[in-house]
Amino acid sequence: MESESKRKKESPNTAELAVTASFPDEVLEIVLSLLTSHRDRSSVSLVCKDWYHAERWSRTQVFIGNCYSVSPEILTRRFPNIRSVTLKGKPRFSDFNLVPPNWGADIHAWLVAFAAKYPFLEELRLKRMAVSDESLEFLASNFPNFKLLSLLSCDGFSTDGLAAIATHCKNLTELDIQENGIEDSSGSWLSCFPESFTSLEVLNFANLTSEVNTDALERLVSRCKSLKVLKVNKSISLEQLQRLLFRAPQLEELGTGSFLQDLTARPYADLESAFNNCKNIHTLSGLWEAVPLYLPALYNSCANLTFLNLSYTALQSGEFAKLVVHCPRLRRLWVLDTVEDKGLEAVGSNCPLLEELRVFPADPFDEEIIHGVTEEGFVAVSFGCRRLHYVLYFCWQMTNAAVATIVQNCPNFTHFRLCIMTPGLPDYLTNEPMDEAFGAVVKTCSKLQRLSVSGLLTDLTFEYIGKYAKNLETLSVAFAGRSDRGMQCVLEGCPKLRKLEIRDCPFGNEALLSGLEKYESMRSLWMSACNVTMNACRRLAKQMPRLNVEVMKEDGSDDSQADKVYIYRTVAGPRRDAPPSVLTL
Amino acid sequence: MSTTPLEHDYIGLSESSSVPRSSDKLSYSSSSSSCTEENYTSSNKACLNFKETELRLGLPGSQSPGRKPSHGLSLFGKDIENNNSNSNNTNGYAAPSPLKSLVSGAKRGFSDALDGASRNWGLSINGKPDAELGKGAVLYSPRGGLDDKCKIVKEVDVLPLSPKPVQEKKNQVPALNENEPTSAPAAKAQVVGWPPIRSFRKNTMASNLVKNNDAAEGKSGSGCLYVKVSMDGAPYLRKVDLKIYSNYMELSSALEKMFSCFTIGQCDSHGLPGQDGLSESRLMDLLHGSEYVLTYEDRDGDWMLVGDVPWDMFTETCRRLRIMKGSEAIGLAPRAMEKCKNRT
Repeated sequence: MESESKRKKESPNTAELAVTASFPDEVLEIVLSLLTSHRDRSSVSLVCKDWYHAERWSRTQVFIGNCYSVSPEILTRRFPNIRSVTLKGKPRFSDFNLVPPNWGADIHAWLVAFAAKYPFLEELRLKRMAVSDESLEFLASNFPNFKLLSLLSCDGFSTDGLAAIATHCKNLTELDIQENGIEDSSGSWLSCFPESFTSLEVLNFANLTSEVNTDALERLVSRCKSLKVLKVNKSISLEQLQRLLFRAPQLEELGTGSFLQDLTARPYADLESAFNNCKNIHTLSGLWEAVPLYLPALYNSCANLTFLNLSYTALQSGEFAKLVVHCPRLRRLWVLDTVEDKGLEAVGSNCPLLEELRVFPADPFDEEIIHGVTEEGFVAVSFGCRRLHYVLYFCWQMTNAAVATIVQNCPNFTHFRLCIMTPGLPDYLTNEPMDEAFGAVVKTCSKLQRLSVSGLLTDLTFEYIGKYAKNLETLSVAFAGRSDRGMQCVLEGCPKLRKLEIRDCPFGNEALLSGLEKYESMRSLWMSACNVTMNACRRLAKQMPRLNVEVMKEDGSDDSQADKVYIYRTVAGPRRDAPPSVLTL
Repeated sequence: MSTTPLEHDYIGLSESSSVPRSSDKLSYSSSSSSCTEENYTSSNKACLNFKETELRLGLPGSQSPGRKPSHGLSLFGKDIENNNSNSNNTNGYAAPSPLKSLVSGAKRGFSDALDGASRNWGLSINGKPDAELGKGAVLYSPRGGLDDKCKIVKEVDVLPLSPKPVQEKKNQVPALNENEPTSAPAAKAQVVGWPPIRSFRKNTMASNLVKNNDAAEGKSGSGCLYVKVSMDGAPYLRKVDLKIYSNYMELSSALEKMFSCFTIGQCDSHGLPGQDGLSESRLMDLLHGSEYVLTYEDRDGDWMLVGDVPWDMFTETCRRLRIMKGSEAIGLAPRAMEKCKNRT
């Protein structure tokens, strides 16, 4: 190790020498290498210079929550031995088309730096980054030890890029392609895995649409004996799935393809035995276009399920209830609101171990009123599933009383994301604002880390949040509040706040500027369609040089208004790759 | 030419100046697809205004015309205060009384539109020009011209119920509660990025709908075929996937289960087990009796009685289902038979 030559110690006095000699750096590094939590490592690095250096030498994984908070140069200079990088790029509201295209967060410059400094890079996890085929080809060709690629909510690449990865990454263990803006021109990328390639453990191409060569897939699955996670796309039929299941009895996570086929009774029996053959499956997803007829084939497998993802399957309450009866060990459940309150009641009755529930809307943009789920379903789950701590719930109506009951039943919420889909909707029984609902949440759930609010809300909600939500790290606000005071309460009151994202609220300059010092302790602030002016942003930028203040203007809007503001702390200075629509002040 | 006297105009008044005009426009459209949407819309608006004055009808969920016209805005916030005196089964944003008047007015308007349309469609079936015959024969492979016509007719029929056909989905979530002193840029009819659902999921769900409409293009056995089901008097719609049923019996019993909580004039979505059984069988009686009739809207925008055509043909052409009060469906049967004749 080159450690000795690179360590420049100032000459200490004898006593210090004795102390440091008794605890050699190598030992310290070994001890620190056992630390995996990023926060622990950050704390360690602040103890003293020696510990800072020991930590930076021993760190192999790095997590960067905002790719613009640091530059590739700074990163590679500080950490010489990185094998695993996680990078997040665009602000979260880019998922909902609020961020202009070509905003940035391009991975390429990072890859170039990594090729020079981290040639033995093994893992890359990207979220909301712009990734091109060229970048994927570069990645495939420059990192011989590359093992793990995970792309979530990224855009800019096509299946050609995946072909490059499959062709060149001889040691690949994981390829996880989720919910990206990918141009899916053909499924031939899958056939690019060489016949000699056997190391795959995770393969997730569930969100791609093109047909892949099923023979190639079957051969791949056969020879990768360590394959634990297989999530196929819609193009794979039930019959093909059966063959795959027989090839991979060791599977632990399965994403099925299309669960629809014209079957006679015999193939149904085959399907059931195929599933029974895989005794280790604990996670199930996919089930595209599931027809109730074939669901019973899953019943036996459901006994061991801990995570069931039906968020792309429009099941009605009856057939869903029949399925969920067989899932007593469920810990995480994602469903569509087609299961309705009755379906959720079945969850409450059958899944006492449930910790996480996500209910997505099947028809969020429909003008006509389609039932979906109401507060009753949520309440029913809370009575039956006392361990619930993570919820994402899309509904059309809610009451303060229901939420109060829910958190009384489940006081351990860490993530409470409630989306009443009609903006500014009050409690539909009392017609009052939903302030008391979220008040109950923050008062009761002391461990709350993440909160998304909705419905008709006055400043009172934010007073409650500022007063009680002492562990809150992420807050999402839309169409809420009455005055600057709301935002101020949050900025003043939540010591652990890291991410604040606000849209369409009456918060203005006073609120923005009240958080001056606060923003340096936060990852980022997003404000769009609020009452913030360009001048206020300029003032903020001037006073806080370690923040980047970016403004995105919309066509045809008033010049003095700052339509969209994205503020984040950075040690890398203002970025140079912003498109013309983004002004850095 | 019309043989039915103009007793019932579009909104049930005996004298009307607007309806003959609109019906003229319709007959104009039946001969070719050259009738532009603009022509139609202006007569449409004339009808609408007239309706608003007389019966206080409006877009689904909206209040009386005194309210702001912004789409759906009046649904929320304090506007619904006065109407919230009902059982807790009603959704706060669809106060029953205006909705009832909407539905009842819609029924009347609908049946009259039906009669109105029949002057042009029904009779045109009898003595139609060759273009019409050709159209009838190619019922299942709609061409551009047909689509225009479909849209036009659909808007006549379903205007009281919904301003847009199923496949014309837009992000029509209302903007802000206007009582809130918010600062959003000039109230948009469409709200970008709301509800907060990832584009990927949005597109995947949307492509399911597109698939529904493509289903008739010969992709049998794949995809789902979701159609909306409405029932007169019910406060909300449901959706069924026609692909999972193989005959009319299965569909009808599924619908019975779905809507069994709604008996005439009663809205009880809780449905205690005992009552469920009672109301289910009662609904069956209703459906099999003369109280309720199951109808569907086909690709041409015509409303037909369910059961007249072979099941496969039905699933290919059905766009939407409606459980209609028997009294409203009187005009349907003959037309369905006529249309059937033309297909064979």
